[in-house]
Amino acid sequence: MSAAPLTLCARNLSRRFGPREVVRNVSLELRRGEVLGLLGHNGAGKSTTLQLLTGALLPHAGQIEVCGFDLARQPKQAKACIGFLPETPPLYRDMCVDDYLEFAAKLHGVPRPQIAGALAETKRRCSLQDTGQKIIGTLSKGYRQRVGIAQALIHNPEVIILDEPTVGLDPSQIRDIRTLIRELGDAHSVILSTHLLGEVESICDRVEIMHHGRLIYSDSSAHMQQYGHQPGFVVTLLAPPALAELEAIPGVLKVEPISATHFRILHTAESNCGALLLERAAERGWQAQQLTPLQTKLEDVFMHITQNEAA
Amino acid sequence: MIFTIARKEFRSLLATPSTWLFLGALQFIFAWFFLARLDAFLQVQAQLAQLANAPGVTQAVAAPLFATIALIMMMLVPVFTMRLIAEERRNRTMTLLMTAPVSSTQIVLGKFTGLLLFLLLAIAGSVLMVLSLAAGTQLDKGLIFANALGLLLLAASYAALGLYISSLTVQPVVAAIGAMAALFGLWLVEISAADGNTAWRALAPTSHFQSFNSGLLNSGDLAFFLLFSIAFLLLAMRRIHNNRIYG
Repeated sequence: MSAAPLTLCARNLSRRFGPREVVRNVSLELRRGEVLGLLGHNGAGKSTTLQLLTGALLPHAGQIEVCGFDLARQPKQAKACIGFLPETPPLYRDMCVDDYLEFAAKLHGVPRPQIAGALAETKRRCSLQDTGQKIIGTLSKGYRQRVGIAQALIHNPEVIILDEPTVGLDPSQIRDIRTLIRELGDAHSVILSTHLLGEVESICDRVEIMHHGRLIYSDSSAHMQQYGHQPGFVVTLLAPPALAELEAIPGVLKVEPISATHFRILHTAESNCGALLLERAAERGWQAQQLTPLQTKLEDVFMHITQNEAA
Repeated sequence: MIFTIARKEFRSLLATPSTWLFLGALQFIFAWFFLARLDAFLQVQAQLAQLANAPGVTQAVAAPLFATIALIMMMLVPVFTMRLIAEERRNRTMTLLMTAPVSSTQIVLGKFTGLLLFLLLAIAGSVLMVLSLAAGTQLDKGLIFANALGLLLLAASYAALGLYISSLTVQPVVAAIGAMAALFGLWLVEISAADGNTAWRALAPTSHFQSFNSGLLNSGDLAFFLLFSIAFLLLAMRRIHNNRIYG
């Protein structure tokens, strides 16, 4: 993975709006074939960071390089390598889909003979085949979002930057878009910002968490799910014994009663005391019903990390 | 790239029904003035014929008509310039242009060219109307050419000013009112300036149109229109660049 070439590299980006510093000293790296998820609360500075990376805003400090081109010094070459879907898709409501995508292609310097091919391919990818002649203003929100994504892909850019790409879509469309992003992630580099953690779980290779304009956590999304993980399970015993008896089982660290019949049991990582507990339950007639291992949800991890930072 | 933006601007103007409504209404007003002038001319034609150096039909009908169009342009151009940048900002479509590999110069020149093409269409309509007189009489083609060129330059300078004002705001209506106010202000400067006060008069595009209106191609006036347009286009480019800095 680390052998893949760097496609986007940002160093020490800072951006103020008046006296308020919205982005503070952010550094990012992205390689080909990677999908990076930018996570954060509302107002954490995600959209501003993405606007900095695409050249819509200039940073007050810091440097951005896209495919080896400096965004400040060679903006044309650098921007030609980027496809960007902003928070609000930049759609001209009175144009039809084909005309709009053709305009986007020309604007991004797709050579004239290749436009028809790029148009057909992009429409296929975003399942827009039937909407070519429709006026954008008459499309539903989901379709508009897809046209917005199509606009970011039409010139086949190295780096694709999507700001909350699945907002306002129905569940099946969300699935389609996620499949598409995953597919794009194989040949290109993708950055997407989101506050949907499920999205990160299902499609991102790497996660950066943003909080108050700073990146506070960065790791692979699989690792993030392990963050702060405590092995344990929840067990239902219809005829529970005294707490002391449960705590006496070897390996158990802590027993918390959730209700009269539900217990959260935390154990050490090495021991598997679940089997032992079930054995004893059968012996002593505790009437064990259900045993569910504790799973750290990304949400908990996220809350944990951002709260740690706030503290 | 300039041409791509210009073409899109031109096409989206023609795609809106209000544009056609405006063009139609405009042609109707032009035709009204045209017929009124023609009627007046026909009534005095007999007396004019007895004069030694009488004004021809071009001078008596076409020149005043073009002068009227120049005034109407003051209200017309802001209606079209208001959308150019302000509406793109309001609809958040400006991001597409800002993140595309095009410079601020190309954005501004593309939009300006697109609008100018459209205004050329509106001016061509009025010129054709005047040329229809050729069916019955001989026309002073030079005078008509000077007027058409003058109108186009006037339209260009108004469009440049309107484009700049449109780049200052997010509200198209504010852009329209602002541009109209600026143009009226310049016109008022001209008509309220004392006759000998050429410095103030020189500020107003309308006063520079007068030489074109009487059939003169004055290089000084030509230079004024070019400088006026270039100055406001440069300001608009500057403004778009500042957008990236100040957000």
